[in-house]
Parts: sequence; structure tokens; C-alpha cells
Amino acid sequence: MRHLISAGELSRDDALVILDTAEELARVSDRSIKKLPTLRGRTVVNLFYEDSTRTRISFEAAAKRLSADVINFSAKGSSVSKGESLKDTALTLEAMGADAVVIRHGASGAPHRLATWVHGSVVNAGDGTHEHPTQALLDAYSMRRRLGRLEGLKVAVVGDVLHSRVARSNVLLLHTLGAEVTLVAPPTLLPVSVETWPCQVSYDLDAVLPKSDVVMMLRVQLERMNASYFPSAREYSRRYGLDRDRFARLHDDAIVMHPGPMNRGMEISAEVADSPRSTIVEQVGNGVTVRMAVLYLLLGGSEPAIGGTA
Amino acid sequence: MSDVQNQAHAVLEGPDIHRALTRIAHEILERTKGAESVVLLGIPTRGATLARRLAERIAQFEGLKVPVGSIDITMYRDDLRLRPARPLGRTELPPDGVDGRTVVLVDDVLFSGRTVRAALDALNDVGRPRAVQLATLVDRGHRELPIRADYVGKNLPTSKAEKVKVYLEETDGRDAVLLIKEEAR
Repeated sequence: MRHLISAGELSRDDALVILDTAEELARVSDRSIKKLPTLRGRTVVNLFYEDSTRTRISFEAAAKRLSADVINFSAKGSSVSKGESLKDTALTLEAMGADAVVIRHGASGAPHRLATWVHGSVVNAGDGTHEHPTQALLDAYSMRRRLGRLEGLKVAVVGDVLHSRVARSNVLLLHTLGAEVTLVAPPTLLPVSVETWPCQVSYDLDAVLPKSDVVMMLRVQLERMNASYFPSAREYSRRYGLDRDRFARLHDDAIVMHPGPMNRGMEISAEVADSPRSTIVEQVGNGVTVRMAVLYLLLGGSEPAIGGTA
Repeated sequence: MSDVQNQAHAVLEGPDIHRALTRIAHEILERTKGAESVVLLGIPTRGATLARRLAERIAQFEGLKVPVGSIDITMYRDDLRLRPARPLGRTELPPDGVDGRTVVLVDDVLFSGRTVRAALDALNDVGRPRAVQLATLVDRGHRELPIRADYVGKNLPTSKAEKVKVYLEETDGRDAVLLIKEEAR
């Protein structure tokens, strides 16, 4: 496997190698010189067709800490606005000698197509409503760091599952790693094929909360909503928002996660988001470490170290 | 590859390794005048084990607790692009770090010297020791860089076609150094 496109294509061993490598790399973030010489002379292109703060910065920081050269490309202000196609853009980057392309695109499947056009590694940084594998890896890493294990962990993923690439990647990866995922959402915000996913589904947050070790709140993706999926923001918040009362129903060791950016007051109250049992800020720091691990394992040798035999 | 296909014989057995480490521990104490400011850093995996054993011996002889740790050199190797990306070893520095101290790097086999070069680079990124010394259980020759060891368990003349394999109780269930001759096929 030269690419990281879906969390579903990672075997258990691959996923654990990534998490263990991240664990060792985390020590580098603690020292005064945070740079490693490993990817000197390699070029990583960040190809972002959609807005992003943390993912783009996170990939940039990860590549730079490994001494790779980073070229940032965002669709705004590029030839894309003149009508250049993804393929032509990809071939341009290829000609410039990109060893890896990190792509965020509004269309599901764009990284998959890109992988057939370029020789370098393709890393999916979020494609439409499909997948966001490095987010799932950093979430799993954050859970393991806080709770010490993943096997048998009960994880509730709550909210806008329909539009969430984070939810799909998390369900696939956490299933591979032995955690039990329950999706909690109003029926209108669940994808049609959800019964084929390796997880449970519930419409009742209050019933799921006391049994959960991890509660992952998803952002309500208003920008992708072109129909009315729920009557009003207030009603959504009352049934599926994590507020103080619901938070109190969690057991004492349970943690709260959110991939960001948050709608404070909608899916999560400010009080819960800022509590010591929320890992939201931690997740951002862990993101750099996990992405360093992914870039190292894909680009660090003569061939990638994950994906077994090619 | 099994030992049947290849000719392997033990050049050092458990008691030999024991004696060699005891001597090295004494030499470190002697050369550093009591090992006051010494930090032992092993190169994973077996170098780290050997560093811990040396620290135990120094504590036994002089009642001095020498800080001991490990330094992984994978990310600093010069042959990364020749092989698939490797999983990382553990870097564990003593709480007081290495600044101003005499670092003794510990490895199991000294061969081309490239591992030690990588270790010196890695060390450079974690602090500024006053001096760096090198201890190795086996020096098998064939240096490709201007590097030599300060403390050697055994000088072992080898041919390039041979392999030296170190087994240690903690990781491999027994103590031995094997010299393996690969049969031409």
C-alpha cells in the first residue's frame, strides 16, 4: 500500500504500527529540537480544495518536523479557479517531483482517482462525506493514551453521521482495533446503508451515555445541509447535544472527544468542551504526531512499511 | 534461515559475556575517574539491555547509580532509503538529560560504524554532552567511517560474508554471541 485513502484498508497490524510509531515520535515533541532529518529531500504537497485549519496545519507541521519540503496548494487563488481539472493539477505536481500528495477534496473518491494518476503516495485528508483516515488514527491514538486500551472500549459517535467522513473512518478503524462503536443520531442524519457498517445504531443518546467509555461528538455540518434534517437547532441540541446534565450521566473515567471545529452551544456546551475530561485540544497535538508517523511509514524507506506485501 | 543450513558457532557464551561486561564496567570507572558524571545510553534493542547491565555492575562495585537510558537511531540512519521504513525503537533519556555529562554509547556489535555515526547525530539533537565514548560487546572490524570504540568486550576478526548475532537473556532467553558463516549456494 503506497497510499492511505481509507481507514478500512488498514489491517490491525498496520494500524498498531502507526499508533506505536506515533507513541515514540511523541517524545520528539517534548524536546527542544523537534526536528528529525528523516525525510530530507522529499517533497510533500498539501493539495486542499476545501477549507481547513487544523488538518492542513497539522500535515504541514508533521512534514516539516521530518525535514520534508512542503508545498501548500489551496484551490482558492490557483489555476483551479481558471477551470483546471484535478488530473491536470495532479500532473503538474507530479512534474514538480512530489513524493507525497496530501489531498482534501469536496468530492468523495477524489484521492482514489488521484492515486491512479501520480507516482507518489496519496494521503486522504478528507474527501467529501467519505473518509478522513488520519483523523480516525489520531482519535484512536488519543483514546489509547487516555484510557490505556482500545480492545473492548465502548465508543458512542453522536450527531451528523450522514455528512461525516470522520464517523465512517472511525467506525472502520475502531472496529479493526476491537472497540465497539455505537452511532447515535436522528434517523434523518444516518446514511442509508448504515446497517452494513460494523457498529450499532441508536436514536436515544440518554440510553447510550451511561454505557460509554468515549463520547465523540460530531459537528453539525450546516454547510452541507440543503434540506431540513431536523426541525430546529434548539430541538437538535435538546435531544442530541452534550450539555452539563448529560455529561453528569457519564461514568467517571469516560472522555469526551470532538474532531473540531465545534459549534459551541449546539452539539456540545462550552462547559463540557472545556472540562478536563474533554480531549479536544489534546487531539490537535496528537494529530501532528500521528501524521508524522503516517508520513514516515509511507515515505521513510525504499517502500512503505504499512500494507504488508504490495 | 536456520542454524542447520548455516554454520554457526558460539564465540562467547554466558560466562564470557558476564566477564567482558564486568571488565568494561571497571574500565569505565577507571577512565572516567569514578563515573561521577557518566550517562550510559544504549542503542536499542540489545545495546539498551547491555547499558542497563553495565549500570547494575557499576552500582555493585562502587554503590553509584549511573543514569541509564536508550537512544533510538532509526530516524538518523543513512540507509533508510535502501530498505522499507522500519518501526522505531525507544528513546528514553534520563531525567537530567545529557548536557555537560560524559555519555557512554553502548551497542552490541561494532561493524561499519554507521550506526554510531547516526547515534552521534541523534545525540546532537537531544543535548550537548561534555564528551562521548563508545562501548561495544563485539568489535568485528570492517569500519567504513573513522570511528573506534573506547571499551571493547571482544575483538572478533571476521570476514564480510560472516554474520555476528548477539543473544541476550532479557530479549532472547539466553546469553551468547554467534558467528554465522553463510554457505555459498
